Parts: sequence; structure tokens; C-alpha cells
Amino acid sequence: MRVHCAVYARGLRRYSTYRAAAVAGILTNSVFGVINAMVLLALFAARPEINGYDAADAVTQVYVAQALIAPLAIMGPALELSERIRTGAVGTDLLRPVSLLGWWLAQDLGRATFDLLFRSVPTFAVGALLFTLALPGDALRWALTLLSFALATVVGFALRYLYSVVGFWLMDTRGVWAVMGPVGPVAAGMLLPLTLFPAPAAEVLRLLPWASMVQIPAEVLLGKDTLPGGSVYGGLLLQAGWAAVLLALAARLTTLAMRRVVVQGG
Amino acid sequence: MPTHESTADGTATRERTAGETAADGEGGPIIEAVGLGRDFVRSEGRFLRRTRRTVSAVRDVTFTVRPGEIVGYLGPNGAGKSSTMKMLTGILTPTSGSVRVAGMEPSRQRTRLAREIGVVFGQRTTLWWDLPLRDSLTLTRHLYRVPAAVHAERLAELTELLELGPFLGTPVRQLSLGQRMRGDLTAALLHAPRLLVLDEPTIGLDVVSKSTIREFLLRVNRERGTTILITTHDLGDVERLCDRVMVIDHGRLAFDGGLTELRATVPTPRVLVVDLVAPAPAIEVAGATAVRVDGPRQWLELADNPARVIAAVTRQHEVADLTLREPDIEGVVSALYRGGRAP
Repeated sequence: MRVHCAVYARGLRRYSTYRAAAVAGILTNSVFGVINAMVLLALFAARPEINGYDAADAVTQVYVAQALIAPLAIMGPALELSERIRTGAVGTDLLRPVSLLGWWLAQDLGRATFDLLFRSVPTFAVGALLFTLALPGDALRWALTLLSFALATVVGFALRYLYSVVGFWLMDTRGVWAVMGPVGPVAAGMLLPLTLFPAPAAEVLRLLPWASMVQIPAEVLLGKDTLPGGSVYGGLLLQAGWAAVLLALAARLTTLAMRRVVVQGG
Repeated sequence: MPTHESTADGTATRERTAGETAADGEGGPIIEAVGLGRDFVRSEGRFLRRTRRTVSAVRDVTFTVRPGEIVGYLGPNGAGKSSTMKMLTGILTPTSGSVRVAGMEPSRQRTRLAREIGVVFGQRTTLWWDLPLRDSLTLTRHLYRVPAAVHAERLAELTELLELGPFLGTPVRQLSLGQRMRGDLTAALLHAPRLLVLDEPTIGLDVVSKSTIREFLLRVNRERGTTILITTHDLGDVERLCDRVMVIDHGRLAFDGGLTELRATVPTPRVLVVDLVAPAPAIEVAGATAVRVDGPRQWLELADNPARVIAAVTRQHEVADLTLREPDIEGVVSALYRGGRAP
């Protein structure tokens, strides 16, 4: 555990060396948020309520999505693990006396923490400044939202780890990203709130792992009863469930990969 | 230099001296490979008409390495060196035979074995690219659960020996290759491994950096008794470091023995380089054959006592200068590689 804390700290510190990139990211996310919010406001001008969402709910979700783009890295970049598998550099990772999954989880959570503090918070603040957001009034829900964001990050990591670890079989995971890159944000409710989808589609999508990255955290923040079990806690449970299942799957695939692994290059 | 003190640095480490077995109850060899082999299945051909072919990278390799040895593992590119190294460190599962390193089966006990060995790949780095060198080196304390005081002492010692001081605070991406290699070596040694596996540790380094690293490795071997297995294409490394050499070619062990024996296996004659005063046709004397003529300079392969040949040459020709060349290891090894070229 101590080593994971140390790796986490280094992951965090490592990303803090890219300050200019953080500023550029905040700008991009905020501007895209504005465009996305304008479109939704136009829609809600025609209909004040769609499936339990009003304009403020929708714009809030837009900024939750924009804020979480960086920590979740749902549209990329891939974990560096992909490139290390492709080039064979993963060999040096495997020579450490720690599990591959634990190492990358710790490192990526370090990165995500940096992004949460220095990308998500400023981006969300821009949203709150420009638009009327539906924000919770009580501290408890803020705390639960933070927990939900943390779980979303773990789910995001687990998915990206899975996309990478299949590289042990496929050698190159760019194809995986070519498919999952566009699917992820749509299924997550990042492009549009899932609430705006036809009800049956929304119900199914909400239960899939991608929704646990944006849709569920947004609904936790908004305190919606559309969450599984009709409460914030149901939503958190769903997220925790996906985090556990995906990490277990990741661990299993890693073990399988080790058994038949071919580390590339001389 | 406080080196001898830090090998006896408390309870966490074993005391080791060259030639002795590590004091953990295992009297045997540190590496034992028996009939080790690895096949790869390769897909070839175009998109639809693919054929699968089995290629043997390593076949039936058997050897043992005793604690305290420095063994050079040589072979041309593609001979199976890296595959062997990967099997020894547990990142590649053998398809046949068995291997035990420090009493463990590498592919099954990879993470446990990692605590006992240090590995440096000259072409890759284990250091954190964006962070100061110090950050990578302090991480090893947690990775290998080394007590803080012991770690600090070892780091201070290695910093002094490898002169890391000036760039401990520099991000790894800004280090020169030589500096980075010294950093990688330090990272591999901070947990005082019993076995150090080096894959081309001097690749791309200048003469001074190479020599620094060689002297350092000798010292680590002498003072800590660390066993070293080294693959290299640099025969200077071999001549300076290795008591013993294994040559692998086409996946098979072609030679295993001392440097002197290696020289003896391939009869490479001594060469007399003769500088004549003026260009002349190839010299013809008993006991030597002219193998090359370049203006006034000629190369004679000796089959006889050099003194007699020199006497004969100077009798027949006006000689400006003479040099006698001993066969170098490079010539021996390339002869050995060529010898093994037959399918």
C-alpha cells in the first residue's frame, strides 16, 4: 500500500509539470461547454422539461461532463501502458515487485487527482459563472458528489486499462480506441444527457459502465430519482459495483496476459 | 570509501562476499537453466493467406551461474540473448526445459524474484521521465521495502561512486544517456540484489562513460559479491569484466567457458604488420602468409615463431616498422559466429 501511495504521489507530481497544458485544457473544456450549453438551452426554450430534466439540470450536466473530461480521459489519451505494450517497454514494468494493475491504478489516480483539482474545478467554476446551474444546497450531497466523481474516475481507469491490456493480444490498441473513443462519450451521457434519449434506450445505457462516468455522477449532483433504486445511494452503489467488476476483470485479463505474454522487442 | 560498511548494513540485507553463496540456506547456483527453450508462433504472408510458422528463438540451452560470477552472454542480433534474459527474469514463459533463478521459477514467481534481482536494459529506462532522478530513486525504497536508513546510506554511497550528485534534481528527460544509465544502474542496485542482469548497459555510451560503468560493476561484484550476467556487443565490456563467456547462436549455446578457452577454440593466428620503406609485391617467407597488401604496408598471418619470420622479412626487405598483433576477442567471437552460421 505504501508503494502505491508513493506511486500515486509521483503520478500527481508528474502531471503538475505540464501546467500550460492544464490551462489550455480548461479553456477548451469551457468553450465546448458554452457551445454545448447553448444548444441545450435552445432545445429547452422549446420544451421547458424533458424526462425530468429542466434547462438548469441539462446545463449542469454539460459542465459536469466538461469538468470530468480530463480526470476520466474517456476520449483519450490512452494509458501509457498501451504504448509500453506495443514497444515492449512494459517489460521493465513487469520487473518491479508490484502488480501491473496496482502500479497503473496508483499512477493514473495521481494524474486524475491533479486533473480534478486543476482542470475540473476551474472548468466547473467557469460554467457556474456563465450559466445558472442547479447546485445542491447541502454539504452532504456535495460530499456524495465528490465520492461519485472518485468512483467515476476508477471506472474510467478500469475501462482504459482494459482497452490497453488487450494490447498483449492485439499488439496495437489504436483500433480499440477508434471504436471506443466515440462510443464512450455518447454512452456516458457526455455528449447529451442520457435523459434526452428515448426512455428504453436511456434505461439500458444508464446501467452500462460508461454511464457510471458522467450520467450517474451528474444525477447524483442533481439528486435525481431516476437513479437506480430511486436514490443517490443507488447510483453510488451502481458505480462501486462497476468499479469492482471492471477492476476484477482487469486483474483477470492481466493474469491471462502474463501467462501467454510476449514482450515485444529485443 | 565506506563500501564495506554498507554491505553489512543491518538486518535487512544479507552479507555477501565474492564467490560465496548468499547466506539464505541455498548453497546451489544462482541461475540454473536446463534444456531451456522458447518457440514463437509467427504469422506470415498477406492479409488473408496467412501461414503460421513456429520459430525457435532458444533451443535446449543448459548452463549454471554460481554466485559471485560475472558472466558475459554474447551472440549476434537475433541469436536468442534477449529471449533468454526475459525467461530468466520471468517476463517470458519457456516452452521447454526449466530455469531457476535464486531458487525460484521466474515466470511463476516473477514479482517475488524481482526483489532478489536488479535488471537494467540499456535501451530502456525504469526511471520516471518527467520527474527529477531523485524521485525515481526514492521510490525504490517503497518498492523493495528497504528501511529508510539503509536506503539513505546506499543512495549516498552510489551517488558518490557514480557521481550522481550534480543531477539528482534534474528531470530524467534532461539527462544525457551516460547520466541516465548511471541513474538506471543505481535504481537497480538500491535494494542490494543478489543478481544483476544487464542487457547492453554500455550501448551508445562514450569511452569515458563506458569505463566508469565497467569499473563500477567490477567494484560492485568484488565488494558486494553481486553476481552479474551481462549481454553486450561491446567486447571491451567482455574483456574488462567477464571471467566467463557464454556464446549463443541460432538459439543454441555455442560456447561456455573462460576467455582464454574462448580464444583457444578458434585458432586465430597472430598477425605481423610490416611497414616497408617502399611498396612491394606480397612478401613470401617461410612460416607466414601475406593476407593483405596496402601500399607499403602488409599483413602476414603467422604460422611459425614470429622472431624467425621477422628475421626472414628483414633479410629480404628494407623494413620501416613492425607490429605484432595478438588475436583480439572480437576476431574470435566473429569467427565463432560465422562457424555457427551453418543451418
